[in-house]
Amino acid sequence: MRPEDLLRPTPRGLHCPVGDFYIDPVRPVPRAVITHGHSDHARPGHEHVLATRETLDLMAIRYGAAFAGATQAIAYGESVTVGGVRITAHPAGHVLGSAQMALSWRGLTIVASGDYKETFDPTCARFEPVPCDVFISEATFGLPVFRHPPAARETAKLLNSLTVFPDRAHLVGAYSLGKAQRVIALLRAAGHDAPIFLHGALASITAYYEAQGIPLGPVRPATGAAKAELAGAVVIAPPSALTDVWSRRFPDPVAAFASGWMRVRARARQRGIELPLVISDHADWDGLLASITATGCRELWVTHGAEEALVHWAGSIGLRARPLHMVGYGEEEGEDAPAPSPAAPAASEAGEA
Amino acid sequence: MNRFAALLDRLAYESGRNAKIRLMADYFRATPDPERGYALAALTGALSFANAKPGLVRALIMERADPVLFALSYDYVGDLSETVALMWPAPPAHQRPNHSPLLSEIVEALARLPKRDLPAQLAAWLDGLDDTGRWALLKLITGSLRVGASARLAKTAVASLGDLPPDAVELVWPGLAAPYEELFAWVEGRAERPETGDPVPFRPVMLAHALEAGDMAALDPAHFSAEWKWDGIRVQVVAGRAADGARVVRLYSRTGEDISPAFPDLVEALDFSGALDGELLVRRDERVQSFNVLQQRLNRKSVTPRMLRDFPAHVRAYDLLVDEGEDLRERPFAERRTRLEAMVVRLAAAHGAASRLDLSPLVPFGTWEELAAARADPAAAGAGEDAEAVEGVMLKRCDSFYLPGRPKGPWWKWKRDPHTVDAVLMYAQRGHGKRSSYYSDYTFGVWSAGPDGDVLVPVGKAYFGFTDEELKAIDKFVRANTVNRFGPVREVLHDAEAGLVLEVAFEGLARSTRHRSGVAMRFPRIARLRWDKPPREADRLETLEALIREA
Repeated sequence: MRPEDLLRPTPRGLHCPVGDFYIDPVRPVPRAVITHGHSDHARPGHEHVLATRETLDLMAIRYGAAFAGATQAIAYGESVTVGGVRITAHPAGHVLGSAQMALSWRGLTIVASGDYKETFDPTCARFEPVPCDVFISEATFGLPVFRHPPAARETAKLLNSLTVFPDRAHLVGAYSLGKAQRVIALLRAAGHDAPIFLHGALASITAYYEAQGIPLGPVRPATGAAKAELAGAVVIAPPSALTDVWSRRFPDPVAAFASGWMRVRARARQRGIELPLVISDHADWDGLLASITATGCRELWVTHGAEEALVHWAGSIGLRARPLHMVGYGEEEGEDAPAPSPAAPAASEAGEA
Repeated sequence: MNRFAALLDRLAYESGRNAKIRLMADYFRATPDPERGYALAALTGALSFANAKPGLVRALIMERADPVLFALSYDYVGDLSETVALMWPAPPAHQRPNHSPLLSEIVEALARLPKRDLPAQLAAWLDGLDDTGRWALLKLITGSLRVGASARLAKTAVASLGDLPPDAVELVWPGLAAPYEELFAWVEGRAERPETGDPVPFRPVMLAHALEAGDMAALDPAHFSAEWKWDGIRVQVVAGRAADGARVVRLYSRTGEDISPAFPDLVEALDFSGALDGELLVRRDERVQSFNVLQQRLNRKSVTPRMLRDFPAHVRAYDLLVDEGEDLRERPFAERRTRLEAMVVRLAAAHGAASRLDLSPLVPFGTWEELAAARADPAAAGAGEDAEAVEGVMLKRCDSFYLPGRPKGPWWKWKRDPHTVDAVLMYAQRGHGKRSSYYSDYTFGVWSAGPDGDVLVPVGKAYFGFTDEELKAIDKFVRANTVNRFGPVREVLHDAEAGLVLEVAFEGLARSTRHRSGVAMRFPRIARLRWDKPPREADRLETLEALIREA
């Protein structure tokens, strides 16, 4: 029996022919198992979705209650059997509700980890290595140049900038699900207790995090805030808003961006960022290597990112590895959100909510 | 070193002048001597070493990294120092240095380190630094550090520690050396002003305001003298004798940068004692050459004999600040001018036609109308064969003292009307800093005949000249008329009937192999928005080519 009998890459996503379900399918399918709520992994329109309660809730916030025909929640440590395949959810440490899905069938275990990070994050359950035969890993930061510094060091950089520039608003670009809330939690942990202002696009997800018992301190909508209040304040917005008309309301803003990509200077400069903050929800190079090794897997499949380097590394330690060449992942983090239609320049001004 | 590296890193991203000053001042305030002094030296370019070649850095990483992973990483990052800094593996815990090296320690160690010990020492330093620290050290040690702030700005930051004007630091600067402890002590009010021991110090220059249409009515021509405004490089030449009697000549740019090494011919030829203000020009066959010719001599790393022969540098003097040790800056301009004339006559008598120094002549005029006529036709008004290098006239009040900075009133510059061309906006790119939400960098083109009819060819790029209101209007136009996107660049609608015509002003034109159109503009800026004009009525490439031929 080969692992490919249990799980194989297809254009719609990873398909399990035994249980006839897909993991993080990029197109509508009858049965989907979803690892986490980022829009490149969690798409609307499936007939049946199996995911953690939090992922299902976040999908409902993003796409409306009717995002799927039917849903089924699975808790960490819980198992659900689909067509003879036992699916068990384990924390992935990526964002709230993110899960690795372990598939067991006839003594073979494959773990589809989705996106993950092994480091501590106050806003989600910590990644745990799951012993398996085949480990499926992302490789977003799969190059040895990506070694994320401690998040506290980056938070200190932001707080130091606030003291040097007490009259400037500090606009932090952060993805609306996970990163934004983590940045707030990190600032709170560093003792920053002033109100933090939010772009409208972050409001509902942030409120959901708080409702799940993650304390984020005083947060307020940036829209309608007085200019004087915003001076010396942290404002969190989706990355695309930093270069949008929306950003013009702030007093002499400092453009910051919280992302693992900020480790490379050219990436920060390209985006016109003045204060790059290397805060990532993906494992860095050392994290990938340690996590993969900890599973004790005998085979590694690499889904998206810098597959080549990770596969090369696996070869160098005698671990069988193959790139899956999956398409459609990494977009939530890789690109700006679609800009408003060129025909309607006013839309972005009106649509920031 | 980590702290200094963090400052360098932040300066590289920050675009605002005041913000940069604040960042540097904050660093100087928080950092003790001598560390901050060496940092100041690195920021002002006074400290540079190139002990390590890129090959050494590459060899160090190859001992520690898989070659395939290094190659993939280098390919991704695109910069050797940065790649190595980022992927440098943390040493095992028992080998980790318990101390992160300071910039001052590195500078002092490098001064006496035998060459063969460098690789091991460099590796030990890299082990002790964080990623930003490693990046800065590798940039510094391979001589490829680019500081995101000028030397002038760093000195301004030092001055701000003691609420002093920037020129106060500039004045004492030439006599000082790293780590500048007496400078910091003085600006912080802990010691007396340091004595300058430099026989040829820089004096902060006096600058003119641009004359606007309304200014002239309030000015009396009888109070002013006029001279040509030369299109060269403003320089201050200071000559004197060191304590040991050796002759010292130094050329400073208007910001106080020592540019003498690029002009050994001038340093050799200028024989006087004092400080004078003038224009650096290329003079060939007894004729001043255009700025385009001068440019071929600028920004060259090495000065070749051929360059010295083909582009002989020359100084045209217009002011005398110090004459034989006597400071003239608080004497009226008319008196300084008389002293200058006497000096130049003296030198001409000694050197004859071989002199590399001459006098910028005064332009005689009685009324503003007469001066306007001279400005319109410098060749007929005394500039003769050198008229091509004239970019306008300078007005100086006869009673004006030589004041540092740009005081309003005593000096005016009245440039010749710039060339203008009507061009069509083709591409727009987002700006930086305050302008990062605006499309504020514009590539524009003019019409040229193509195989399938007329096409627009890009002829230049401009990112200033417009008002804030105009910027908003162009930004709105760009967002509403985007036909294509390439990262931060948008291509905007530009055909014969629809598009935005920009009146672009510029100072000169030169042939260029870098642009598809074959021409390059000097100092282009947006003069007006021509919403009224359809793109088909914009100018043609032939118009620009004719301008080059005339010149």
